[in-house]
Parts: sequence; C-alpha cells; structure tokens
Amino acid sequence: MTAHFPERSLTRDSMSGRTLFNTFMTGVAFVCGGLALLPLLAVLSYVLIQGFSSLNLSIFVELPPAPLRQGGGFGNAILGTLLMVGIGALISVPVGVTAAIYLTEFSSGKIARWVRFATNILSGVPSIIAGVFAYGIVVLTLVKLNLGSYSALGGGFALAILMLPIIVRTTDESLQLVSQDLRQASVGLGATKFQTVTQVVLPSAIPAIVTGATLAIARAAGETAPLLFTALFSPFWPDSLFKPTASLAVLVYNFAISPFKNWQSLAWAASLILVLMVLITSIIARWATRQKA
Amino acid sequence: MATNSESLQSAIKSRSEIDRTLDRSFVWMTRVFALAIAGTLLWIALQVTVDSWPAIQKFGAGFLASTAWNPVKDDYGVLPQVYGTLVSSFIGLLLAIPIGVGTAVLLSEDFLPGKVRIVLVFLVELLAAIPSVVYGVWGIFVLVPILTNLGRWLNSTLGWLPIFSTPPTGPGMLPAGVILAIMTLPIITAISRDALISVPPSLRQASLGLGATRWETILQVLIPSAFSGIVSAVMLALGRAMGETMAVTMLIGNSNKISASLLAPANTISSLLANQFSEASGLQVAALMYAALVLFVLTLIVNILAEYIVLRVKRI
Repeated sequence: MTAHFPERSLTRDSMSGRTLFNTFMTGVAFVCGGLALLPLLAVLSYVLIQGFSSLNLSIFVELPPAPLRQGGGFGNAILGTLLMVGIGALISVPVGVTAAIYLTEFSSGKIARWVRFATNILSGVPSIIAGVFAYGIVVLTLVKLNLGSYSALGGGFALAILMLPIIVRTTDESLQLVSQDLRQASVGLGATKFQTVTQVVLPSAIPAIVTGATLAIARAAGETAPLLFTALFSPFWPDSLFKPTASLAVLVYNFAISPFKNWQSLAWAASLILVLMVLITSIIARWATRQKA
Repeated sequence: MATNSESLQSAIKSRSEIDRTLDRSFVWMTRVFALAIAGTLLWIALQVTVDSWPAIQKFGAGFLASTAWNPVKDDYGVLPQVYGTLVSSFIGLLLAIPIGVGTAVLLSEDFLPGKVRIVLVFLVELLAAIPSVVYGVWGIFVLVPILTNLGRWLNSTLGWLPIFSTPPTGPGMLPAGVILAIMTLPIITAISRDALISVPPSLRQASLGLGATRWETILQVLIPSAFSGIVSAVMLALGRAMGETMAVTMLIGNSNKISASLLAPANTISSLLANQFSEASGLQVAALMYAALVLFVLTLIVNILAEYIVLRVKRI
C-alpha cells in the first residue's frame, strides 16, 4: 500500500525557475509598496518639519504681513475657510442627507440607480469646474444685482457642489446599514414613514452620517481650485459675505509661489494646519467606525 | 373570528389627514432633493455651455485645433492645453498603474501581518486626502529640484531622444506627471485592492491546489478575474488626473506651447483656468468657459465609462 512517489516529488525545488520568479515578484510587490508610501512620508515629514518651525500663536490671530516683514499670521484665512466651509455644509448637508433618505428608504430601483450614478459622476467632476460653475451662477449674478462679485457666498456654493456627492454617498451607505428589523418594528407599531425615518432610522445612523459630513468638510477645507475665482483672496478680515474672502488653501497657493521667504514660511504653516486637519479627521473617523463595528 | 377582527379594525384609529399629508410631502421632498443631484449635473453642463456660447459661436470646433491664446487679439484655441492635459495624465498613469496595482496586490494578499496591512491601507487612503495644493507646495520645494537634476542628466545623455531634447527649466511636463502619479496612486490601489479582494476564494484555492505558485495564481487567475475592476480604477484615476488643478498648475510651468520634450514647460486646461480666470474679461471669459466645457466633457466621458464598468462588474 505504500505510494510510489519519487522522493521530494511534492516539494518544489527552491532553485527552480518558478520558485525564483515567485520570490522575485514578491520583492517587486514590496518595492511597489515602498514607492507608494515614499511620497506620503516625504510630504508628511516635510510639511511637519517646515510647518512646525514656522508655527506660533500669532499666526492664528494676526493678518498676513507685508512681503519681507517678520511676524503676522493668517487669522483671516482661517476664519474665511471656516465661513465658506460652513456655507458649503449648510447647503450640502440638508440636501445630501434628504436625497440619501430617498435613495434608501423610498425609491424603487430605477430612479435610485440613476441618482446613484449621477452622484458618482458628480464626485468625478473636476473641482475647477465647480469653480467655473459657481462663477457663472453666483459671481455673475451678484455682479448683475450690483451686490458684489467675488465673495464668500460664491466660494461656499462651489464647495457645496463638491461636498454634496460625498455626503450623499456616506449617508446612503450608513442608512443601508440600519437593520431592516428596526424599520419593520416602527411601521408595525403604526408609525408613519416620516416618523420612522426621523425618529428611528436617522438617529441610529447619525454617528456614521456625522463622520461622513466631517470627512467632507475636511476635504472641502483643502480645496483650492474652486475658490481661486469665486472667493478670490483678501488680506483683510472677512466682514461681509459679498466681498472677496481669504482661505487657507488659496493662501498656501499665493504665498508658496511668491518669492518672499516670510510668505513661503506662512504657506508651510498653513499647509501644516490643512494636513493636520485631514489627518486628525481621518483618524477620528476611522476610530469612530471601528468602535461601532 | 370574523366579528372579532372587524371589531379590532374599528378599534384601530385611522391616520389623520395631517399625518398622511405630512408623510406624502416628506416622501416628495426627499424625491425632489434626490432628483436635484442629477439636476445639478445637468445644470453644470447647461450653465457652462450658456456662459461659453459667445466663444462657441466665434470659434466653433476650430477652438480644439488652434494653438492661439491671445487675449490682446481675442483669438483663442486650446490645442496645447488639451495636449498637456492628456500627456501629463498619461505620464501620471504610466507611473502610477504598475506601482498602484503592485501595492494593491501587496495589500490584498497575506504578505504582511493583518495589523500592518490595515495601517498601510489607512496610509494609502491618507495619501488621497492630502489637499492638492499641499502636494503642489511640496512639489515646488522638493520634487522640482530633484527632477531638475535628473532632467539635466537625461538631457545630456539621452538628449537625442525628442522627449528629452530640451534642458530642464524646473517646472515642466515631467514634474507635473510625477505629481499626478503620486496623486492618482491611492485611487488605483484602493479600487484595485477591492477588486482583488472580491475575487471568489475558490478560484485561488483551485489554482493553488493544482500546484501553481502564489504569483502564478496572482498573475494568471486573480488579476484576470479582477481585470475589469482594475480597468475602472485606472479610468477613475484618469478622470481625476485630467481634472487635477493646483499641484499641476504649480509644477507644469504654464507655457501655452506644444513641445515634444517632457522637460519643457507645458499647460493643462485646468491650469489655464486657474491662472487666467480671475483676471479675464469679455470674450476671454467665454473662451475660458469653452475650455472648461471641453474639460468637463472629457472627464465626463472618462467617468461615465468608469462607472459603467463598475456597474457591470457589480451585476455579475
């Protein structure tokens, strides 16, 4: 009954071409992984080192300095970013969440498929096109109405367009995760659709929705292209929604390409704030979703 | 029994008119908002077309074939920018596809312990979330000096090749392509990884059971069956690369000329918009809107193709 296998027939020769190719490709995969992470580490370390060395308290409360003058900060840009991201969130969160409610709760197949398709396409629209669109809609309209031109309003509107698909998608996903039993229990107790959605489904999905909205906000705060010609830039504190408004992202762009050393160091500091914001929100979001699972 | 259920029925209060109206209007409101998303897409297309109408009337399709960009004479064409958009995206993808797919394989197989893999996946996602303008700043101060040295060497040793025929000027097509590779890599990695992970385990077990090595399995079984997913990842990355604005604007040199050399400065549609829009007036605004429309249509086609592939893969 002993099987007549030649010795070692079931083990591959460690020097055979196939084995060597296997080992070689594993090496290639590791090199790819290394090459993929290299830029991330390089960008993060540069931004951290350069940013922290030019970071101090006055940066948050002072206005941008004149070229070649020491000191100063970009408090106005921080405030402007908050203002415009706030406008963006104010428009996109209600619209996005309501639209997502329709997709998961009320729609039957076909429309939902088309709207999800449109949402994905919308998230692929280049951010500069959102800027061009907001220019046409808000800036030109304000000019016609004689209310102003480049403004926080236009910037906020452009950011809303970019945040909308992210919010729809994350809300859609988190609503789909809500257990069907909850809905059936609610309807079985005699609740209307409105009551079921607002008092049962939404509350149980709210942590995930908030996480999604936070990620969208962090992403929008770093957007530069749509603000270049909707909000423009301003060296002053924002005092009106109808005037040009400074933002961190545009400040990074303007100051980094300037030839002045002090402006460049402010650009690094602003980059650091943007990167830290994205980093911290990503980690918190990751942590929050892990907690639930 | 019959009387029992009848009495029960009458005991249940029927819904008040207000409740029913509220319910119906709530459903309608959500429907309107959902359709508004699709509407936004159409609205963008319509608005950009309307705003570019004067330029469309004046230049027609010749806009795409003309190399003029002369605000003084009001003569415009976007051939160099279209060329720059396509070539810089192509360079970016050429570099990003092998590295991205390689990383996706590394992160979908069990080469590394699970915990390390989770951290790496998170880091790659983070790469996608860093604002584009930060990549631009990093590119100006770190990447461009490195690539200028590399370019000088390429030009002196391989200068007879048309693509290295000019001495590097600092910013140019090559730095823009490299930064696009870095920025599209996370998209390719993330989506390819999803596609690789969702290949049924039985396929891999069958292949390994037949005596194939791990890499024979990966190359001949896993990648072919995840191929459509990988293609859609590449398409989405292409769409992103063509629309990417800030990092490219800061690194490409913004010269409205077509040069065969990768070391020469060039321009893309999005960089043209970023540079000129805030100072444009009259017909120049319409011409820029026309350029934006061209970019919009280009990215729309690429994204729709990508979505179409994704949907088809999902249905299988």
